[in-house]
Amino acid sequence: MTLLETTLLAPLVGGLVLAILGHRPVAGWINIGVGIITFGASLAMALDVFAHGPQLSPSRMFYIDAFNVYLVVLTAFVGLTTSIFSRPYMRHEVAIGRVTDRRLRLYHAMYQCFLFSMLLALSTNNLGVLWVAMELATLTTVLLVSLYRTPEAIEAAWKYFILCGVGIAQALFGTVLIYFAAENKLGAGRDDTLLWTVLHDAAASNLDPAVITLAFVFLLVGYGTKVGLVPLHNWLPDAHSEGPTPMSAVLSGLLLNVALYALVRVKMLVDASLNTNLAGELMMGFGLLSFTVAGLFLHRQHDVKRMFSYSSIEHMGLITFGFGMGGALATFGALLHMTVHSLTKSAIFITVGHACQLAGTQRIDQIRGLIRTQPAIGWGLLIGTVSIAGFPPFGVFISEFLLLMATMKEWPWLTIPLLLGFGVAFAGLFRHIQRMVFGEPPPGQRPVQANMLPVVLHLVLVLWLGLAIPMFLSRWFEQATVLITGASPL
Amino acid sequence: MEFAQLGLYNQAIILFSAVALLTSFLMLAQTRMLPLIFTFAWQGFLLATVTVLVAVVTEHPHLLVSALLTFSLKVVIIPWLLYRLSVQLRMQYNAEQIAHPTLLLIAGVALVIFSYFVSKSIIHLSGLATRNTIAVSVAIELLGMLLMCVRKSAVAQVIGFMSMESGIFFAASVSTYGMPLIVELGVAFDILVASILFGVFFFHLKDSFGSLDVGQYNRLSEANASQLPVPEQALGQPVPGDHS
Repeated sequence: MTLLETTLLAPLVGGLVLAILGHRPVAGWINIGVGIITFGASLAMALDVFAHGPQLSPSRMFYIDAFNVYLVVLTAFVGLTTSIFSRPYMRHEVAIGRVTDRRLRLYHAMYQCFLFSMLLALSTNNLGVLWVAMELATLTTVLLVSLYRTPEAIEAAWKYFILCGVGIAQALFGTVLIYFAAENKLGAGRDDTLLWTVLHDAAASNLDPAVITLAFVFLLVGYGTKVGLVPLHNWLPDAHSEGPTPMSAVLSGLLLNVALYALVRVKMLVDASLNTNLAGELMMGFGLLSFTVAGLFLHRQHDVKRMFSYSSIEHMGLITFGFGMGGALATFGALLHMTVHSLTKSAIFITVGHACQLAGTQRIDQIRGLIRTQPAIGWGLLIGTVSIAGFPPFGVFISEFLLLMATMKEWPWLTIPLLLGFGVAFAGLFRHIQRMVFGEPPPGQRPVQANMLPVVLHLVLVLWLGLAIPMFLSRWFEQATVLITGASPL
Repeated sequence: MEFAQLGLYNQAIILFSAVALLTSFLMLAQTRMLPLIFTFAWQGFLLATVTVLVAVVTEHPHLLVSALLTFSLKVVIIPWLLYRLSVQLRMQYNAEQIAHPTLLLIAGVALVIFSYFVSKSIIHLSGLATRNTIAVSVAIELLGMLLMCVRKSAVAQVIGFMSMESGIFFAASVSTYGMPLIVELGVAFDILVASILFGVFFFHLKDSFGSLDVGQYNRLSEANASQLPVPEQALGQPVPGDHS
């Protein structure tokens, strides 16, 4: 069995096992164990790809190169740390009666199936299978969002289901159009026309520009809905705030990345066959709009998980903007930002989950005095927010700085809205966080049992990336940048 | 090229796609639940027929599989599921109000014109039949979306969603002789799971809100986020984030 097969089969088999055993006390441990296997296999595979270059599986179904392998490792890693957090968290939820045994089983099974669908989407070579996996990710998370069965959770899940379903149907149409263009070029009746490797070679010899342009618009709307680009972002804050917190962590940290990955893959095709920057400019526009609007929305939030999901929209907007700009430096910055945002945001959601259990509510104005009640949670939230707001010693600062530099070089005027956006978002986060962390704790607030290991791990990694990017990682990002743009930033 | 100069096969394809487009309009204006479901099944039947036609005439036998998938999903399983659910929820004789039916149909016409305008840019790639089918499939997709926008009932929204999916499948099988088999199977699997999930959600929605009227689901808008519903606590239901 190859490493890739292990990476994909572990969560699938794990999901099936958990569908039977998911309500037992041991299920949390099984969840962690599957995460360890997946992460180990993906890491070994990454080292293999790093040493020997891109790999195409014998059936040509899977293709692993520098770009997707690092996202596979990131997905497996965050999946693992979140499962470590979810074990005590879900036990607490069962103890207070919010989740029954049956729903706990559903939760565990869907958690692993969700990871499987994301890993499938990342590693497949077939644009059609990529779509199928994205839709599968939607279906599994719909069940997770509605886990608590409150009217709000049901409404959020319905909204998510309908909006993402419609959005992603557009992406299917875009995929059909790409297939149509490729068939015109390569001849009908071939089985491999939808393979990314084949398409990428064909795109170099110019697929029909009119069809490809039309296809890209559909794909941008489709996958853009899942990235959470404004004005298609409506589902995102609802789904994040009403579902269980471990799910918010993986949604924000991983699913948005995977959708953006799909978009960038398509952009590589479109750029090769159009010879204009149309795709890039569209992405820049949507990215900048999301960045600005989400930054403003941060100010008027009353629910802490909603607030951080708007922060996710803001950062995804920035990354989309970076990929849209498309130079070597911007792409390098965007790749780095994808990584640090995932790590930081999932750490924040984990801390927020504990903070909400501590305060017994998600309302910002009722969460007070975290540092005095339980310093680990208070400091975790504060440091996480400092990091996500882009303060210097952390990795987010470096990637935002790189993106700003690239903007200054290529679109000098756009640095103004970017800088303003950073300021607005910073103010929006801290006007809420400051009081939550330092305020006077309400009488009778007691510490809860919290496992801060994942948070510490993530934040240390982000700090490390901010102080010095290790050599192999920067070469890795460089390889991915060369793949996407054809030029090296170093 | 004139319509009459086309081969019988191309004429048949254009005819069937035109009728499929007509069913989209019928669904748009149909306010009663059962006829809506039946019209949807008819649309699926038409699209499956076209796919069989393409498979036989162009000798692409694997299209027969996708025709079979379309038939079993869009004509048998999904309409049957919807029918059963609407009987169980006692809403099969429900009719909903459409605010401005005439405007709605005019908007539908505008969407069809828009679809033809959009697909004008790819005329040079294909024969008349394909050009029409691409435009029609875009139109079916957009009309499905319009149906989802204007209807308040969750069942009608699901039908709009599935109709969009049918339009896309139609585009794939007529303009490109079918997607690779693994993709078609995957898409069909996703749709099947989605339709079952929709069914589950109907019951949850009914339980939580007492109706399937989407217009009543407005607890989570930004506008009233500051006054999150308190009455739930009085009813003894858990509020999100309430762990006490």
